[in-house]
Amino acid sequence: MTKIKSLDELRQKKQQLEQSLEIREKSNHPDSLVQIKVAMATCGIASGARTVMNALVEKIRNEKIPAVVTQTGCMGYCYAEPTVEVKKPGHDPVVFSYVDVKKAEEIIDKYIKNNELLDGILPANYQTI
Amino acid sequence: MQLLVCGGTGCQASASAKIVEKLNESLKAHGLTEDAQVVITGCFGFCEKGPIVKVIPDNTFYTQVKPEDAEEIVAEHILKGRKVARLLYENPETKEHVSDSKHMGFYQKQMRIALRNCGFIDPENIDEYIAREGYSALAQVISELTPQQAIDMLKQSGLRGRGGAGFPTGMKWEFTSKYSADQKYVVCNADEGDPGAFMDRSILEGDPNTVIEAMAICGYCVGASKGVVYIRAEYPLAIRRLQVAIKQANEYGLLGKNILGTNFSFEMELRYGAGAFVCGEETGLIASMEGGRGEPNFKPPFPAESGFNKKPTCVNNVETFANVPVIFLKGPEWFTTIGTEKSKGTKVFALAGKINNVGLIEVPMGITLREIIFEIGGGIKGGKKFKAVQTGGPSGGCLTEKHLDTPIDFDSLVAAGSMMGSGGMIVMDEDDCMVSIAKFYLEFIVEESCGKCTPCRVGNKRMLEILEKICQGKGEMEDLDHLRNLASVIRDTALCGLGQTSPNPVLSTLDNFYNEYLAHVVDKKCEAKKCKALARYSIITEACTGCTLCARNCPVGAISGERKQPHSINQDLCIRCGVCYTKCKFNAILVQ
Repeated sequence: MTKIKSLDELRQKKQQLEQSLEIREKSNHPDSLVQIKVAMATCGIASGARTVMNALVEKIRNEKIPAVVTQTGCMGYCYAEPTVEVKKPGHDPVVFSYVDVKKAEEIIDKYIKNNELLDGILPANYQTI
Repeated sequence: MQLLVCGGTGCQASASAKIVEKLNESLKAHGLTEDAQVVITGCFGFCEKGPIVKVIPDNTFYTQVKPEDAEEIVAEHILKGRKVARLLYENPETKEHVSDSKHMGFYQKQMRIALRNCGFIDPENIDEYIAREGYSALAQVISELTPQQAIDMLKQSGLRGRGGAGFPTGMKWEFTSKYSADQKYVVCNADEGDPGAFMDRSILEGDPNTVIEAMAICGYCVGASKGVVYIRAEYPLAIRRLQVAIKQANEYGLLGKNILGTNFSFEMELRYGAGAFVCGEETGLIASMEGGRGEPNFKPPFPAESGFNKKPTCVNNVETFANVPVIFLKGPEWFTTIGTEKSKGTKVFALAGKINNVGLIEVPMGITLREIIFEIGGGIKGGKKFKAVQTGGPSGGCLTEKHLDTPIDFDSLVAAGSMMGSGGMIVMDEDDCMVSIAKFYLEFIVEESCGKCTPCRVGNKRMLEILEKICQGKGEMEDLDHLRNLASVIRDTALCGLGQTSPNPVLSTLDNFYNEYLAHVVDKKCEAKKCKALARYSIITEACTGCTLCARNCPVGAISGERKQPHSINQDLCIRCGVCYTKCKFNAILVQ
């Protein structure tokens, strides 16, 4: 290991290392963050949900968006996979259908950043307790 | 995704290392090593339900995980995103599964400052500590503040020593800084001796770097270039993690010569104790560090003037140190907003005894015992009735129902006849005999007394004999007066703090449970049925089938009766061993 020789070097080091803990820091304050859930049941994964999830995770990390991406089980919209649910703090969750990498980027750019809705939103036809 | 696995002593004893191994195997088998990493962390605190595995980022909190569950967690949760319901925490009232630890009663009332990194970072990886602003406080203090400015900040914060007595930490540092000497020392007291207390061990196991950083800050403030951790050899895991952390800090140059390019140098070493209660007393600790017998000395001179190797020494407890870096990072004003008027910040308690959620908790000062026991602790095991809670270990006392709503801090506990101590909290229910509890603590004191001064060595032994006599059913009224007299003499004349407080368990039970003593002495009865010698066994005629099992097993032949006819016990012969009670298949033995 190289020695840390000054306060500035320690600060730089901290910034480099922060990212490795980011996922845990975010899970510490789940309610104040945008929560993105990617349906990752067999059908979701088969339709490419894993690629979508990776794209989401990467974009969020690169653009330092206060959001946390998690996977979830089958949401029941097997005909519309991959599906992604986005819950912004203080808003009802919205489910997007047929999400590919391009759509995933749009979700972040348009809905999460600017509150613009996109095509392909599935009606919320159930309630969870 | 990440899987955090508790690597504290408790969970390791329940095979958490094996769980890590199995999780890694399963991740590999499913080709998920890129997507999910296993991280070994310190204690999550919820020891009752250990081993704990927490899945991040969805905060899923799996309890009582076994190595064979690893495959299911990976195959179901990581691969398919379905939580393994049977491993989730079940709310004891609603019987519902709670998957997110943020919604568990156990965590909702807690505020984690000293334990901020425990169960969050990998204690053997200094990078994770640095990523959470580790060593930033040290860096700021040594490059931007004078020692006096730093001491003033600590004084402003109102931090008081977490080892027991609650002495203001800033003042202690200031005293040590005033003495000039060619060498001064910072000592960390990690000789956690109270029965049932394990917060110091958990901090060292879960976040060793925070203690190292705080000791270096202390060294800068008091003018010491050497730090020594006095730790008991019974804590092998804490020792190993400290050694790893010291090595990594040295490699980064965060310990050693000219730290971060300043003139400040600080070295650290460990000293092992054999685990004696009296070595938690600072002068006893120093004597043991020097290789002598662990016996306390008169104060003054205080260690601040003449301590380790007769040099000025600043001794602080592990938990006290764990608070220091945060105070410098967030500022003393922030710290003063937490807690009560005279006790700022939080306190870590080790919850144990007849309570549902045994574990390690950190709560703001000023919380009530009721909140701790019934909300965080989840109430009394088996729905029994709460009787008392023992705080402060062998130097503390028992608090009762009437103290449940007292906001707790250093001073209110003393006023109630107990003390904060290091933070052991043992909950007792209706089945506990308070005379026996007092006897248990005295046995501990008699065992652990170093023997240097007569009041502690002989006085406690005499008190123990009286209690044994009472539990044997041979107590007399004047014994209770003897107990009080002895207690006050020991309190006034013992040499060290431990001796002076050793009669507390007896005094507080005498005050709060005098009726129980009376029942033992006058009626020769033990309500809780703990004192065997006071129990009276008899046979319920209606329930007895005359199977002769009890008569055949009675070691003294005190039971007689015809076959298939109700038996009876001869009270003069009965030695109250309880064999008949355990053998009877028809619940026909009555214990009174």
